[in-house]
Amino acid sequence: MANIPQKVVHKYLRHNKKFPHVWCPGCSNGTTLGSIIRAIAELNYDRDGITMVSGIGCSSRMPVYVDFNTLHTLHGRALPFATGIKMQKPEQKVIVITGDGDATAIGGNHFIHACRRNIDITTIVLNNNIYGMTGGQYSPTTPTGDRATTSPYGNIDPVFDICELAMAAGATFVARTTAFHALETQDIIKKALEHKGFSVVEVVSACPVIYGRLNKKGGGPEMMMHMRDNSVPLKATEKMTPEQLEGKIVRGIFKQVNKLEYCDAYANLMSQFNVKEEAKK
Amino acid sequence: MAKEKKEKVVENMETEVVAEDTRKVVLMQGNEAVARGALAAGLDFYAGYPITPSTEIAEILSEELPKKGGKFIQMEDEIASICAIIGASLAGAKAMTATSGPGFSLMQEGIGFAKATETPCVVVDVQRGGVSTGLPTKPSQGDIMQSKWGSHGDNPAIVLYPHTVKECYELAIRAINLSEKYRTCVTLLLDEVLGHMREAVKLPDISNVRIVNRLRPTVPPEWYKHYDENQKYISPVASYGEGYRFHVTGLAHDALGFPTNKASEVAAQMKRLKRKITHNIRDLVQIESYMMEDATVAIFAVGICARSAKAAIKAAREYGIKVGLLRPITIWPFPDDAVKKMLRDVDTIIVPELNEGQLINELHRLTKDKADGKIIPIQRSDGEMITPTHIFRVIKEAH
Amino acid sequence: MSQVFRKEVRFSGSGGQGLILDGIVLARAGVLDNYKVTQTQSYGPESRGGSSRADTIISDGDIYYPEAQNIDILVALTQVACDKFIFEMKEDGILIVDNNLVKNISVSIGKIYEEPFTEITLEKLGTELPMNIVTLAFMVKITKIVSEKSLEQAIRDSVKPMHIELNIKAMNLGFDLAKKYL
Ligand SMILES: Cc1ncc(C[n+]2csc(CCOP(=O)(O)OP(=O)(O)O)c2C)c(N)n1
Ligand code: SF4
Ligand SMILES: [Mg+2]
Repeated sequence: MANIPQKVVHKYLRHNKKFPHVWCPGCSNGTTLGSIIRAIAELNYDRDGITMVSGIGCSSRMPVYVDFNTLHTLHGRALPFATGIKMQKPEQKVIVITGDGDATAIGGNHFIHACRRNIDITTIVLNNNIYGMTGGQYSPTTPTGDRATTSPYGNIDPVFDICELAMAAGATFVARTTAFHALETQDIIKKALEHKGFSVVEVVSACPVIYGRLNKKGGGPEMMMHMRDNSVPLKATEKMTPEQLEGKIVRGIFKQVNKLEYCDAYANLMSQFNVKEEAKK
Repeated sequence: MAKEKKEKVVENMETEVVAEDTRKVVLMQGNEAVARGALAAGLDFYAGYPITPSTEIAEILSEELPKKGGKFIQMEDEIASICAIIGASLAGAKAMTATSGPGFSLMQEGIGFAKATETPCVVVDVQRGGVSTGLPTKPSQGDIMQSKWGSHGDNPAIVLYPHTVKECYELAIRAINLSEKYRTCVTLLLDEVLGHMREAVKLPDISNVRIVNRLRPTVPPEWYKHYDENQKYISPVASYGEGYRFHVTGLAHDALGFPTNKASEVAAQMKRLKRKITHNIRDLVQIESYMMEDATVAIFAVGICARSAKAAIKAAREYGIKVGLLRPITIWPFPDDAVKKMLRDVDTIIVPELNEGQLINELHRLTKDKADGKIIPIQRSDGEMITPTHIFRVIKEAH
Repeated sequence: MSQVFRKEVRFSGSGGQGLILDGIVLARAGVLDNYKVTQTQSYGPESRGGSSRADTIISDGDIYYPEAQNIDILVALTQVACDKFIFEMKEDGILIVDNNLVKNISVSIGKIYEEPFTEITLEKLGTELPMNIVTLAFMVKITKIVSEKSLEQAIRDSVKPMHIELNIKAMNLGFDLAKKYL
């Protein structure tokens, strides 16, 4: 296995500011943050050119720790804030960090419309199948039958498949990976960042302290092992029967197409007026 | 006519329009004047969701903004709209949205975010009648209190209230200027009638419009504080992508913008939000006194009701009744001093408003005399206007 | 204070008759004649029902209340509108109706002009669409509320370029119809 260069990560953190972080021991959010940073480092992006926007939730606490332009918004609203930033400064790399509840419940409408517009934003959904921050209520991705503090008799809600949702709504890059597969996450995020258009990366995540405990999934390491043992790369699924696929997390890039990007479409619209974008200031 | 002019005193009329170009008299709708005023003030970004009676503002800006390199986007709802303008503002844009009651309610969480994070932006609320979906095409002044207290928590409010089409133009400029100057969300409240009515206005040459831009940091990024406690309540503000890499959060935050639970740091933030209003009352408050010099009866009204009041005053003056009008142009912060003076100077105050009693409570707050019939309400919330005749009758009865 | 010039005009009828445009064109003409003007109208469901209205007030003094309350000139193009608004007219007001559409006039009013505007427009111009401008021009010729020159300019400023010619023809038709009363 490749060497994980820790120093790279440290270069991008706001050490002297808000550490220690808020995440529980065993939480996979930090692992994913590492993958994101390494992807950015590999791409050699200028830190001033990156704006990281999040909603509200454990996962959404991420921007405060990184030394980019950062914005921690309202629950579910990261995408409209990010849309405003991207429209105003199309040259910024805009990354949205969101949770399963943030992206698909309260922010569901914004999510599908951002997909539809195909605006050049990379959205990373840390799907831990629960509302972590508020202490474990069921989310649109909590598996049917599972326990949450608001489903003490088992959740009766059917689940959203975030990637299916994103693809149907028009996102032009859609992928899923897990927090356990840190290097794969890094690689997929890198590709998502390089993709021009709306990209969605679902990172299946572990919330051992709440979801894990309520559903007897073990601690952080056990949940990570579960991701390792119960996920299959997209390629491998071709040879698998539906029975073999039952309960498996499929990982990989499901969609990657080129389509007119939203800010480009707006620039095209403006071009008839012969104005220079950002002519002033 | 000349006499009338002299009787009209506008306190603190540091108008945004330095000189009018008399050649450019045009017939214009209130909503259009708001859009044109915003453009004159340097609007860069508009996000909105259609709603009667505000839609013309979006329609005009969708046509005009791309022509000047500005951005227009129709979002999926009003929540998205307010969030998008805040994002754009953080990236350096002068940004605005417009809506009516139902959308204004949806925007409240975002408005609080803009105020807490001290991000300049403007929200136009063209008020419609009724509660809930109410009366989309009828006037009301039912959002006066919402414009102050609509978002949770103690938040500062700057709210402007025009009463002519010309004022729609000027106050749209002023709203953007104040939002930039005070780093906050400023609300422009319109009556439905004003949004939709057309009136002759003299448009200034753009070079005669006073434009205010937010203060920009001059310090190197290492020294930058997004909320510099050493500056007097309003500190310079950087934009994303300029090397400052600051953090913005709706959580209580310290001077750098990072979340904090420390009482002293939270208190500093709350103090700053409050003081930037209370220490600048003189700059913020604008008020028109119309024929108040010798008045024994005063009418206290805003927007369309102030127009009815002026017509009634003209009629009553012909009967020799000494009646005048005090009209706040800035309704929040409330013009306490001017109102206290009015309460001292006159015998009777008539408060016509298109709601069930919102402005009047502010007068009650400032006087102990409420029981003795000194303050007379005229309230209407059925979608119809309060006519000059109605006010005239009350003036005569009160006299 | 000297008596100020002030006229309150209401165009009324049903949606689709072009009344709002009449109100706007008259207001524009008023602006060109250096008057103060306000123009308001009924919106939404109200304007889709029986009685849509557009008000224009023209004055050389400040206009505070923007809606017509004591109507000087009422143009009524449906029976419902006429029945409803005639009671808001001044006693010496001027009422102009399309007599194919308004058959009964319930109270006596200063002056009443009755012409089959819609029918004549169709007959002379081959379409009844610019009936609103015919009626407006007729009213302006009779009342002289604004100058004919400003009216023409206001029409040019208010309609799409492709429709200017037709509407100027309609204006002249309206002027002609009024001649017999002058
Ligand atoms: C308008 C609003 N409603 C509710 C909340 C409370 N709230 C905060 S975080 C959260 C759920 C977060 O869940 P998710 O997005 O999955 O993030 P996680 O904490 O699991 O990472 C909720 C309901 C809020 N902050 N704002
Ligand atoms: S509650 Fe769950 S998701 Fe939140 S920090 Fe703790 S482990 Fe992570
Ligand atoms: Mg979650």
